[in-house]
Order: sequence, then structure tokens, then C-alpha cells
Amino acid sequence: MAIEVRIPTILRTYTDGQKAVEGGGATIDELFKDLETRHPGIRERLVDEAGELRRFVNVYLNDEDVRFLGGIATELGDGDSVTILPAVAGGAA
Amino acid sequence: MLCGSVLILARMLTITQALYDRIVAHARADHPDEACGVIAGPAGSGRPERFVPMLNAARSPTFYEFDSTDLLALYREMDDRDEEPVVIYHSHTATEAYPSRTDVSYAGEPGAHYVLVSTADTDGGGPFQFRSFRIVDGEITEEDVRVVPSS
Repeated sequence: MAIEVRIPTILRTYTDGQKAVEGGGATIDELFKDLETRHPGIRERLVDEAGELRRFVNVYLNDEDVRFLGGIATELGDGDSVTILPAVAGGAA
Repeated sequence: MLCGSVLILARMLTITQALYDRIVAHARADHPDEACGVIAGPAGSGRPERFVPMLNAARSPTFYEFDSTDLLALYREMDDRDEEPVVIYHSHTATEAYPSRTDVSYAGEPGAHYVLVSTADTDGGGPFQFRSFRIVDGEITEEDVRVVPSS
């Protein structure tokens, strides 16, 4: 099952500079584990020790933030597109 | 000065007066909440050109966050126009214009100039500040800001 994954600038060190890579899996979790096999180190940047999506990254299935779907367990289908973006946030606190 | 080549200075933000003024106006308008946005520019040029004020989804005096749907739309638009976020700006409203620990932990664009302004002067908390930083791998490097006349 081929899923296109769009990679943000800050993570392209793991993809030899590629803006998009292909991966497979029935869920976001499986997809990230699959990416890890070819792009070692990338999963740790996306997923925390508890296995949840890191607060600092936004992951979209097609046009939807997966936090509003099933989070890391969000199911994927063939031809879906996943976009990863660093959250733009901060502040004095 | 007749000069054939342009000297590129690594540690400097060059910004037009008009764009500088728009950042300040946005920060003033949203005070006491933090204001945030981007100035996009042609990819690889390092030139901030297109002012894109963003909504602070947190609507907070101590935190800002681009709404996640707005963020995706912004990045798709920049991609279509072959742009990148040259400047990412936000305001601190009661403290100095220097990256906080939160700012550093979220900084996800190593190629961007992180501009911070402080509107603490509104409440008598010192002078207005407009400063620019690179934030790479958790390390903060301040850079000079050169304001040039708008063409």
C-alpha cells in the first residue's frame, strides 16, 4: 500500500534531502515504523516515548490534522497522502 | 556605490521599512495577546517579501500557535509559489524580545529568521524591541536587523 509522505525541511536530513517519500502501513503508527526502516532516526522525531505523536509536529492525512481523527492510530488507505509539518508555536510562557 | 557584487552577510536580517512596520502594527493591534505570522520569500533567496499575518489560535498573552489547518494551507500556498518562510515573527507582550525556552523547543525552521518584538512598553515595561534570531538545534544566535527603504 503506497502512501506519499511529505517531509518538512527540518526532517529532510533523514531522507537525503527528499521532499516526499513513499511508505506503507495500515495506520500512521505503522507508516512511521515503516519509514524508520529506510530513514533511521526519523520516527523518534515524530513519536514520543509513550508512542504518541510529539507535540511539536503536526501530521495531516490528506487535508485533516490526525489529532482530529484517530491520532497515531488513524487508518490509512492506498493513495492517501500524509503531510508532516513542524508546529509553529512558542511564546513567553 | 558602484559595486559589482553583493556581499551576503550570514548573520543579518534585511527587511523593508514597510514590512517592519506591518509586524509592529500587528503586534500592537493584538496586544495584550501575542501576535504571530510569517514573511514568505522566494525559496533560496533569503528575501522576506510577502507578509502573512496569522491567527494566534491560542489567543494568549504568553503563548502563540498557528492554527493547524491554517498552517497546512500556508505551507501548501508557499509550496505552490516556490516560497519559504523567510521570517517567522511573534510578539512577547510582557517580557523582552528574546526567545524563551518554549520558543526554542518549538523552533522547527532552521532556515528562518525568528523575529521577536516586545510590546511590553505598552504597559510601561521598557522600550519597544524588534530583534532577530536564528534558532538551530536548540541554539540561539542573535543577528543584526537592517531596515531598508521600501522600493
